[in-house]
Amino acid sequence: MADLKRTVLYDLHLELGAKMVPFAGYEMPVQYPMGVLKEHLHTRAAAGLFDVSHMGQVILRPRSGRWQDAALAFERLVPVDVAGLAEGRQRYGMFTDEAGGILDDLMFANRGDHLFVVANAACKDQDLAHMKAHLADACEVVPVTDRALVALQGPAAEAALAALVPGAEAMRFMDVAVLPWQGASLWLSRSGYTGEDGYEISVPNAQAVAFARALLARPGVAPIGLGARDSLRLEAGMCLYGHDIDQTTSPVEGNLNWAIQKARRAGGARAGGFPGAARILKELADGPARRRVGLRPEGRAPMREGTQVYAAAVGGDPIGAITSGGFGPSIGAPMAMAYLPASLTEGATVYGDVRGKRLPAVIAPMPFHPTSYKR
Amino acid sequence: MTIKFTEEHEWLRVDGDVVVVGITEHAAEQLGDVVFVELPEVEAMMAKGDDCAVIESVKAASDILAPLDGEIVAVNDKLTDNPGLVNQDPLGAAWFFKMKVDDLSVLDAYMDEDAYKEMIG
Repeated sequence: MADLKRTVLYDLHLELGAKMVPFAGYEMPVQYPMGVLKEHLHTRAAAGLFDVSHMGQVILRPRSGRWQDAALAFERLVPVDVAGLAEGRQRYGMFTDEAGGILDDLMFANRGDHLFVVANAACKDQDLAHMKAHLADACEVVPVTDRALVALQGPAAEAALAALVPGAEAMRFMDVAVLPWQGASLWLSRSGYTGEDGYEISVPNAQAVAFARALLARPGVAPIGLGARDSLRLEAGMCLYGHDIDQTTSPVEGNLNWAIQKARRAGGARAGGFPGAARILKELADGPARRRVGLRPEGRAPMREGTQVYAAAVGGDPIGAITSGGFGPSIGAPMAMAYLPASLTEGATVYGDVRGKRLPAVIAPMPFHPTSYKR
Repeated sequence: MTIKFTEEHEWLRVDGDVVVVGITEHAAEQLGDVVFVELPEVEAMMAKGDDCAVIESVKAASDILAPLDGEIVAVNDKLTDNPGLVNQDPLGAAWFFKMKVDDLSVLDAYMDEDAYKEMIG
């Protein structure tokens, strides 16, 4: 696999028997010998360790030394309340473009004297250029290249991590903290991409392998690949950038209204002032024409990405398409996300074209599998 | 009992005047956990190479092509309710369908077990 980058955990993946595939420019483990289905179920029953070192980690350091200045600068790029985020807390957000589309989705944290941003692997170079272009007056934009990133997810995650890193158990969902482990400084957040309680942990490259091994040695912790990561996030109703949201979808169409706090909406303390504000504020007020919804196909046939969706069993043009779809191991049934006319609401039946047959699917609430965050 | 293998990783076993068709252990392993199987209709007439059945794993969907000309005389409904059987017992309980063919000598063109093992390395 020429020209593909490797994370610092590459050799460990091979040792654990991983099947490696190209993903976002990296060679990443798609599954281990346990297999996608069992890895998924294991994460929900015990704990899964994921290598997400391919993701972008960036520090925004205010030139003034004041956190608020970095926060207000960052608000130029996201329709999210950044300045109102308390120290030690993390929030979900997205970069929007002038047309109101989504350039990337991300997590950001208030770490006291700076902002810490974690963005998608496939977008990280573009995100870095975007931040440098628009924030350089207020912030030093520093990519973090000497750290790996792992996620530990599932009901056994807290006990496994707290055994190595005392204090991790005291964190609540979306808290961030810096805690020591064997002389290394770990940057932790209590969050993830599975719907389970768990952590994402930034660890210096030099200690990453030892840290991963120490976690894997704890009871219930198994390595989990990208295959199960995808089915876990889909059951949790979370978007995959480039599939469920992209530059052709606005945050409101993407059903991400919850991520746009009052302060940035019409009438809020810092209303607008982000790229695409005209369209996004209008869609918040009037409702979008189409919206991302959950679908539960009847029967067992999965409806995959790209499946055309129709209003009726016969005739008519497609009313939308599926952006993510597959089989949910924990719900024991197929599940999907689709963009459909906003006039269609939960409980409505639509039809997905699967190999030339229109099969019924019901618009269903997300998450498909209940989340278990420690709030 | 003769067993033959296709390049598409199906096995064909002669049982009286019908041919039982399934997928090999190697194919099941490559597919990963099977979550959905769609079978042909009984009495359907198939030409060699026709789309005959669908297997979906956690990763992707794959077609099973009819290995021979003939009529579908039975399908294994157990797979519809329990697709995981394909991973558990691909050569046994997880047969897909049975075909009635006019001339069993067409099977001679397919690989025997040694030749198939050589192909998959």
